[in-house]
Amino acid sequence: MSARTVSHLRKGEKGIIKSFNNRAMSLKLLEMGCLPGCEVRLDAIAPFGDPICINVGGCYSLSLRLNEASVIELE
Amino acid sequence: MKQVNIKVALVGNPNAGKSTLFNDLTGLRQKTGNFPGVTVEKKSGTFRINAEEVSNVTLVDLPGTYSIYPKSKDETVVMDILANPKHPDFPDVVIVVADASNLQRNLLLFTEISDLGIPSVLALNMLDVAASMNLTVNAVQLAMQLNVPVVRINARTGEGVNNLKEAVRQVARSSNKRAMQYFYEPKGHEMELIEEVKGLYQLDNDYVALQYVCQHDNFSFLEQPVRAKLDTLIEKYGFDENNFLAEETVARYEKIKPIVSKAVKSEGASERPFWTRKLDSILLHQVWGYVIFALVLLLVFQAIFAWATFFSDWLDATAAQGIEWVKVTLPEGVLNDLITDGILAGIAGIIVFIPQIAILFALVSILEESGYMARVMVIMDKLMRRFGLNGRSVVPLISGVACAVPAIMTTRSISSRYERLLTILVTPLMSCSARLPIYTILIALIVPANEMVGIFSMQGLILFGLYFLGLVGALASAWLLSLFIPRKEPSYFMLEMPSYKLPRWRHVGFAMYESVKSFVLEAGKVIMAISIILWVLASYGPGDNMDVAEQQTIAAMPNASQEQIEAAVASIRLETSYAGEFGHFIEPVIKPLGYDWKIGIALLASFAAREVFVGTMATIYSISGDSEDVPTVKQRLVQERNPDTGGQMFTPAVCYSLLMFYVFAMMCMSTIAVVYRETHGWKWPLIQLAYLTVLAYVSAFAAYQLLS
Repeated sequence: MSARTVSHLRKGEKGIIKSFNNRAMSLKLLEMGCLPGCEVRLDAIAPFGDPICINVGGCYSLSLRLNEASVIELE
Repeated sequence: MKQVNIKVALVGNPNAGKSTLFNDLTGLRQKTGNFPGVTVEKKSGTFRINAEEVSNVTLVDLPGTYSIYPKSKDETVVMDILANPKHPDFPDVVIVVADASNLQRNLLLFTEISDLGIPSVLALNMLDVAASMNLTVNAVQLAMQLNVPVVRINARTGEGVNNLKEAVRQVARSSNKRAMQYFYEPKGHEMELIEEVKGLYQLDNDYVALQYVCQHDNFSFLEQPVRAKLDTLIEKYGFDENNFLAEETVARYEKIKPIVSKAVKSEGASERPFWTRKLDSILLHQVWGYVIFALVLLLVFQAIFAWATFFSDWLDATAAQGIEWVKVTLPEGVLNDLITDGILAGIAGIIVFIPQIAILFALVSILEESGYMARVMVIMDKLMRRFGLNGRSVVPLISGVACAVPAIMTTRSISSRYERLLTILVTPLMSCSARLPIYTILIALIVPANEMVGIFSMQGLILFGLYFLGLVGALASAWLLSLFIPRKEPSYFMLEMPSYKLPRWRHVGFAMYESVKSFVLEAGKVIMAISIILWVLASYGPGDNMDVAEQQTIAAMPNASQEQIEAAVASIRLETSYAGEFGHFIEPVIKPLGYDWKIGIALLASFAAREVFVGTMATIYSISGDSEDVPTVKQRLVQERNPDTGGQMFTPAVCYSLLMFYVFAMMCMSTIAVVYRETHGWKWPLIQLAYLTVLAYVSAFAAYQLLS
């Protein structure tokens, strides 16, 4: 069974970042402040279900596509 | 008093308030250009620090970035300057602007800049936002831990800006370099690699040497042999860049975490403003999101027509009076004709559109300022992907409504080369403000001003329709082109959503002022040149053709009044002039579109820039018409008769055909030039010119044939 990722979150649901499953993308996410141990919450879903907006660590809002969100694995 | 010149660079995360601070510091003493050798737009400005010696500071605003490792073309410029002390913009001091409400992430960039060894000042912005999230930031504590001056500022109110200037002055003055203290220290075998690079290229900073290794392909100042040598070194030490970068970033955060937890006190729940989330739930809504976006766009176009008309009419009348005055005041003769019928007539045709352009740029910048544009990118991303584009392509497309040149430059924030190219190729289809004069005049000819559909004026709706047609054309072409151009890299979309803000009116004012200034100056230059050339071509003809034709005309009209003869003579002289010959020469090509040779002259002239079209019409018709008084361009066009039918020349069929032509045609030298620069070659601008010309011709042809 594959790990639970941010793309599995439902609206309003929270999760804690555990790791990333894609090296190239993980650097980008790290630089934007998605750190392991950080809490994320799914805030909004764009029309047609993609991209999504997540709140990172309670301090800012990041929008990303579903396939990018599936890189972020949750605890 | 001593004068000191220093150079300062401004860096920071996107949305940290960098541009606002830039405006606070430099006010109207700013200009835009290009960084030497690269095509990225450069904003620079000057300010003074008055102390015992006067410091003249040149401030350069660098592109917003999350780290010194670039993710898009725009961001490569940051390190191209900061890693190269020989660069003309290499700063004496760097101001790092940090968003206090998100300090941990913002300090990542700061520690990287600091490790490069350039003296820096940390400007702590958005403390009010942090306060609203129950966060208090202790600047003194932060300054002690980071070992740099930290200045609390509020870029929106201008608070703390004087302290910031003072801090910059002190940092610039302290000549004795402090001992380098790195936030990040590489491990053993990386150290050996760094030492070798330092030795080879006479570098004294470890981190700069490391950047030579990691980023040499982005550094324009490194020659090919140097790059090749660095590649062999990477091989020799088995340096894995991807792994290393992730490790470095994590290590930096490890170091930043305790610093932040000491300096930032959190009391109670911290959360973004409630209404930002509330607004997002509406503006990103499945249905409402699009409805509101459509309404916003419709409002923009209504505003261009409804609000601007009053000013435009006034300017139009004033310009006509002004020309009249010049015509009467100057002694009669060739010079008088050249100035009034040639140059001034052309320029007056353009001045009229200043209000519309000002309003358009103001509205686009308000959309950007308020944070709404980021939401538009999100709701459009999935749609745009179908056409091979990206949510970020929305900004160039919307900016293209103002002008394709800066719009094409904004494509540099798109990290995928492929999506960027597609966006560049289709952006000129968005109706730019230079098309507004043409649209406005032609729409005014076919639709009465008072015709309404509900609360909207018919003219506004048709205008909206033309813009919409441009958008549809852009998306359809993107899709078609994507079938032919192979995609090589994956597509990304990661975007920080700024919280909603009230637009800073000063900023909007700057945008308006800049756009109007460059429109009047740039368009003015081209129009003046073309007006002079046209006037000469229209006033003189090959051999004595003009005189012969004049004699014949007079001989053929023995019973006509003086006035009728003068009008007929003016008209026949134009027809036999060089310009007339030229117009007749291309007539076979444009006849199927419903155009005569006079429109042909204007069409050809406007290949340089679209706005020339109206100016040329003004010049041509003021030369051919009777010159008793100076009517406005619109009046001249209404009076124009079709020599074949005797009816109005500008029938709905001709007007719609012209509208179609200008919706699609790529008639703008500046755009071609900017596409050449951005794609580094003639291939893409030529392909673009070709497909757009075909598209324009075919649709104009269809419009004329269907309607006449």
